[in-house]
Amino acid sequence: MKKNYISTSSEWTFPLIQRYDDEIARIAQGYQLDTYPNQIELITAEQMLDAYSSVGMPLGYGHWSFGKKFVTDEQTYRRGQMGLAFEIVINSNPCIAYLMEENTLPMQALVIAHACYGHNSFFKNNYLFTSWTSADAIIDYLLFAKNFVAECEQRHGEERVELVLDSCHALMNQGIDRYKRPGPLSMEKEKVRQTERESYLQSQVNALWRTIPTPDVTAKKKKKAARFPAEPQENLLYFIEKNAPLLEPWEREIVRIVRKMSQYFYPQRLTKVMNEGWACFWHYRILNDLYDQGLVNDGFMFECLQSHTNVVYQPAFNHPHYSGINPYTLGYNMMTDIRRICESPTSEDRRWFPNVAGENWLEVLDFAMRNFKDESFIAQYLSPRLIRELRLFTVIDDESEETYEIGAIHDDDGYQQVRQLLAEQYNVGSNEPNIQVYSVDNDGDRSLTLQHLENHRRPLEKKTAKEVLKHVRRLWGFPVRLEAVKKDGSVKSVAEIK
Amino acid sequence: MSHVIDRRLDGKNKSAANRQRFMRRYRERLKKAVSDAVEQRSITDMDKGEKVSIPSKDISEPVFHHSQGGRREVVQPGNQEYLSGDRVKRPPGGAGGGGSQASDDGEGEDDFVFELSRKEFLDLMFEDLALPDMIKRRMTRDPDYKYLRAGYTTTGVPSNINVVRSLRQSLARRMAMSAGRRTQLHDAEAQLQVLLKTSDESNPQVVALQTEIERLRKRVNAVPFIDSFDLRYNNRVKVPKPSTQAVMFCLMDVSGSMDEQRKALAKQFFILLHLFLQRNYERIDIVFIRHHTVAREVDEHEFFHARETGGTVVSSALVLMRQIMRDRYPASAWNIYAAQASDGDNWLDDSPGCGEILARDILPYTQYFAYVEITPREHQSLWHEYVKLAEATGNFAMTQIDSPQDIYPVFRELFKRQDA
Repeated sequence: MKKNYISTSSEWTFPLIQRYDDEIARIAQGYQLDTYPNQIELITAEQMLDAYSSVGMPLGYGHWSFGKKFVTDEQTYRRGQMGLAFEIVINSNPCIAYLMEENTLPMQALVIAHACYGHNSFFKNNYLFTSWTSADAIIDYLLFAKNFVAECEQRHGEERVELVLDSCHALMNQGIDRYKRPGPLSMEKEKVRQTERESYLQSQVNALWRTIPTPDVTAKKKKKAARFPAEPQENLLYFIEKNAPLLEPWEREIVRIVRKMSQYFYPQRLTKVMNEGWACFWHYRILNDLYDQGLVNDGFMFECLQSHTNVVYQPAFNHPHYSGINPYTLGYNMMTDIRRICESPTSEDRRWFPNVAGENWLEVLDFAMRNFKDESFIAQYLSPRLIRELRLFTVIDDESEETYEIGAIHDDDGYQQVRQLLAEQYNVGSNEPNIQVYSVDNDGDRSLTLQHLENHRRPLEKKTAKEVLKHVRRLWGFPVRLEAVKKDGSVKSVAEIK
Repeated sequence: MSHVIDRRLDGKNKSAANRQRFMRRYRERLKKAVSDAVEQRSITDMDKGEKVSIPSKDISEPVFHHSQGGRREVVQPGNQEYLSGDRVKRPPGGAGGGGSQASDDGEGEDDFVFELSRKEFLDLMFEDLALPDMIKRRMTRDPDYKYLRAGYTTTGVPSNINVVRSLRQSLARRMAMSAGRRTQLHDAEAQLQVLLKTSDESNPQVVALQTEIERLRKRVNAVPFIDSFDLRYNNRVKVPKPSTQAVMFCLMDVSGSMDEQRKALAKQFFILLHLFLQRNYERIDIVFIRHHTVAREVDEHEFFHARETGGTVVSSALVLMRQIMRDRYPASAWNIYAAQASDGDNWLDDSPGCGEILARDILPYTQYFAYVEITPREHQSLWHEYVKLAEATGNFAMTQIDSPQDIYPVFRELFKRQDA
């Protein structure tokens, strides 16, 4: 094999980064990775810290909580308790990737392969991202949000804006449409529609409260009055935006902005394992191809491999460094395993994956990347062999029992259960408390009732729940109640804010 | 095709604004943390940034989440020994099987540590403090003046011409002076238009009108573009400048009765004062006076570090202060402040004399005189003498320090901003 190294030093330069990017793009194209155009930005460690505090976004509205996050990150970084990520990549078109200037050349190449081709192609093709986020519009929307919030601060004072934002942030996780696809974002349209929306919404809200009931009629009415909302609603912020009686138009718009942000990040939370797994799989593949084609030398490869191994390291449950299952490990191993099942299936694989074994691995992986989220991906593709390799087992923690019980382990009886449970563990919907808007007392004190549908008897943490309720109360403007609904349908009051 | 962009030179303090917001929000807590920190500081590190901590629960952002309880089954990696159905003891603390759930209760009680820069720290430390009566209107022989803007005048030197105002005047004048002729001109032109429709240029009426128009045009154009009458000058007036120059006298008792601990307290008090003055008043003179039986004016270094000691005659310091005031800081030109620290132990016969000097020669000329007595014991003659003074005059404050914890609160009390 003819050796034709791109570089032998570990110092990076702009031409070299461009050169590596060209080679990596060529290899990625060979694997038919479909990506947005890339915008690679070199930044310093301080800028990386800045980026951390704004959740990786290049711009955002001002709020103290971002300052708090920045301070925390800065502290842990200074004390050396936290290394900075080598990169941050943004789901936008063009796809923006931040590379740290401290990285060595091999690291920059690894990061380019990982972020600019791995994550990038995932953002562009996974069904959650294509249908739930608008990569073309996000940067514009962020700009719109930033300016709008700044304008509100000028008009209504920083303090009032901050109060609304605080309350909205507390409800961010309850501001997502999990089943209904949101409309695409666009800055221009937002601006035009915002004005119309303001007046329209306000008129709607007023209509809702227009009838001032007389006492004797109420009793009769109450019996036949339909519940409002007719169906329980999961998107609390949406409900507030549309129906809270006392909010001013600009406050509604801010609720909407926070809701849109939350919605934008939702797919990332649903595909952590897949997204990282996919990116790791491809950086590993691409770098090996560079090596096989004689474009990089042994030293380069050693450095990449070392870093790769660190990333996909999974400490055992009783290891001091253990902090849950490493999504990189799980994702990377599953992606590699799928390829193995395609190329050299065992009889066990043929039994478990009749549709995958022996197929073209590139097509199978591409299909998996496009059409799944973590939960379904694990339920579909986690193989017995990988369960054995990672030695997965389940622990049952029931508060009514004295001890933990070991559920399933990596044996014939256990594979199915481990797989199901692990999948369930990545079901964001079932891990977060299921809070629904249940009813509004339209004819009475206008109070709002929320219900927590308990899952596996798991209760809400009361103290914070009460704090959050205070925020709901602020936005809603009238008393707010929270009830817990048990599995048997019995309802118990949890908290009430008058 | 990828674009590679160098962003390293872009601003790095993107988060500064949000950090400021965070600080503003927790200002009260930070202030408390700062005052706690000040109390624990030694003399040498009074002037540094500080890590302050706020209990995390005070700044947490609440969200709905599950608490412990109910049934949960969690997948863990790295099984070595367990078989299905095994029973395992709960680890102490009741967290999940392997820590992954440990953070779920979200009630970490660790403090949120926040590092303040030196500037931020001092800002918080001296917030709402000020020297009282800082501005003294002085009306003596050779006062300082400053020039203030005071509108416009019609006379002045060319360098003060205000072009915009002058041209505005000129425009107005031109309009006013030519208004009548221009009306005539318009009429004549309109007439001419009408005439020309029916007759040709040779019509004598037309000719007459044309000469008339010509004449009027000349008259209108003859109005001068600018006239000395139009000129406007920026007006500045001389205003006597109130004196804001100030001097602070620091009087410290270093007699034998002040033991090391008390000297340290006194020094700490003066360091605080020194820092405060340096920080909030750029140009302030500070006079350091140490005394035992005799008083000496010393420099900053000596004031805080020298070790010489002896008996106590408090009046020596006051006499020296009076002398320095007379020599260098005439009360007509200076705002005079003084802070005195002592253990109150004085040569008995001296105390009435101190009261007298203060009442006659010092207090009438000073804006503010603060006396700090550092003693855990009974007050002695000096204190009693001063109590009489404090009752008689308004610009004399006295207070007592027992322990290091008192210094900062006492300092704040003495120099609290007094709203006029």
